[in-house]
Formats: sequence, C-alpha cells, structure tokens
Amino acid sequence: MSSTWVLVLLVGAGTVAIKSLGPVLLGGRPLPERLTGVVELLAPAVLGALVAVQTFGQGQALALDARLIGVAAAGIALWRKAPLLVVVIVAAAATALARALT
Amino acid sequence: MITVSGEPEGAGITVSERTYRDGARAVAPLAVAVLGFGVSFGVLARTVGFGWLAPIVMSATTFAGSAQFAAVSVLGDGGTVAAAVGAALLLNARYGPIGVSVAPWLTGPLPSRFLHAQLVVDESWAISAEGDGRFAPRMLVGAGLVLYGSWVAGTAVGALGGEALGDPAALGLDAAFPALFLTLVAPQVRGWKPLLAATLGATIALALTPAAPAGVPIVAAAVACLLGVRR
Repeated sequence: MSSTWVLVLLVGAGTVAIKSLGPVLLGGRPLPERLTGVVELLAPAVLGALVAVQTFGQGQALALDARLIGVAAAGIALWRKAPLLVVVIVAAAATALARALT
Repeated sequence: MITVSGEPEGAGITVSERTYRDGARAVAPLAVAVLGFGVSFGVLARTVGFGWLAPIVMSATTFAGSAQFAAVSVLGDGGTVAAAVGAALLLNARYGPIGVSVAPWLTGPLPSRFLHAQLVVDESWAISAEGDGRFAPRMLVGAGLVLYGSWVAGTAVGALGGEALGDPAALGLDAAFPALFLTLVAPQVRGWKPLLAATLGATIALALTPAAPAGVPIVAAAVACLLGVRR
C-alpha cells in the first residue's frame, strides 16, 4: 500500500476516534478547567507553525522567496475582511506575479 | 474558539425545537466557503501526487479540512507518514473537548451518537450552539450534512479538474497553503494568549526546520499550547 493510502487510512481512523470520544464515551462531563486552557491554544499553536513552515520552509532549509509576497498579500486581504476563496486566490496570484516578474 | 460549557448536565435535557432545515439554512453562506476550500484541497492534494481518488476518499472519510491540508502538505514536503498523521491528529485534538461539549445533547443510542459525532466540525458546532452550553442536535445534523456535501463535492471538483491547471509553482499554488492556514488561524487569535501561542508555535517550528525531519517541527510546535496551563 502506498504512503498516500496509509495516510488516508490513519488520519481518517484517528479523526473518527477523536470526534467520537466525547459523544460515545464521556457522556458529557466537561473537561477540567486546567486542561481546557491548554486545549484552547492547541489549534493556534499548530496552525501558526504551519503558516511559518509553509512560507519559509524549503525541505530542511529556510528560504525567502515569492511565497512570502503571496502570504503578505493574503494577510492584507484577510485584514480587509475578504472571503476565504479571495484570500487564497490573492496569495497565489501575488506569488505567480512575483515569479513572472523576476 | 473552544468553549467547553460549564454545567450542561445540570440543565436537564430539553431538546431544542430547531430543525434540520434551520441548521442547513443557517450554514448555507459558510457552505459556499467550504466548497471553495474543498476545491483548493483537491487541487493541492493532486499537485503533491495524491492522484484523484485519494483526496476524495480522504474528504469523505476524514471530514476535517485543516487536518487534511496539514497531512497532505507534510507528506508533499517529503515528511514521513508518521509526521503527517501526527500533525493532522494534533490539529484535530480540539474535537475532543468540542465532542464533550455537545455530548449531553446527543441522546440517541450509541450508533446514532457515533454518527452524529462525525458531523461535528467547527462550523456546524458553532451554528448549533444556543448559548449557556446548550446545543440544538437537529441543527447540528442539518448544518453538518450540508457542510459534508460541500466539502466532498468541492474536493472532487478540485481533484478531477485540477489537472487542467498546469505548473503549480508558476500559478503560485505553493503560496495558497500558508494563505489557507493563515485564514484558519486568524479568527482563533483574538486575544493575546492565542496570538502568543501561534507566534511561539511558528518560532519553534522555524527553529527546528533545519534540524528535524519534515513534519516534526509542526508536531513539536504544539508544546506552545502549554501557555494555557492554569494555576
């Protein structure tokens, strides 16, 4: 089995398990207050890391290239409250333009 | 984003009157965005060598956008399957507490609760919240089904039509990945603590990138959530 299908299988099974945990097992007991604070910050921490690595990572090296221009343009579009699709198109277009010009 | 209700079990189970259709109607504007997100996922998965079938199967069985993007991009960057799965499941860890918050309102037998749980995503969860930790289960299902259809259909369009697009780098598609994650993190960083966690996570990941295999820096960045420990 190729790594693609292993990934599809494992991520699918893991996600189904996580989503089921509360409704199937816990019967609705709320999390302890201390744990709630940690879990709240999990998504921002991981998503922030993804933004950084996808912008600057080049395999195992860091690189400054046209992607940064696209992400900056996306940031401006986001700040102007553009819808998701527009933000993504702006990012791709700005990067493509920068590559075409250099 | 995650607000686990304080005392739902004390409220007594009076199931909300709001219908499946209420949920479907309320979520419609978001479903358009999710459709576009699905198209992007299909295109991007295809450009990193996932073929056309695997992205569609993944959307139909996983139904968690940001985690799917993370998994596919880590593997596309040459990361291991373990690192890709780790990054995806860390992103989905929030569905643990989210599932706990809706659990009191899912009163059916076990198979029904199991199926209801799969329709919980950020948007359907937010739409069905009635305040005070109460949730409208039929709204959750109506909204969840509409979002699921949009997500899978969008993925299929992107995966099947993406080939017509040409060279992904010339089109700037590699910048679409970070832009998508930026869009996802933006509504989560209102307030200094989540903002600090996102910044710290980014710093940790960049610092580890030259030293660790692809994907590992993302997983390691999760320790930034320890900023949320309450004394």
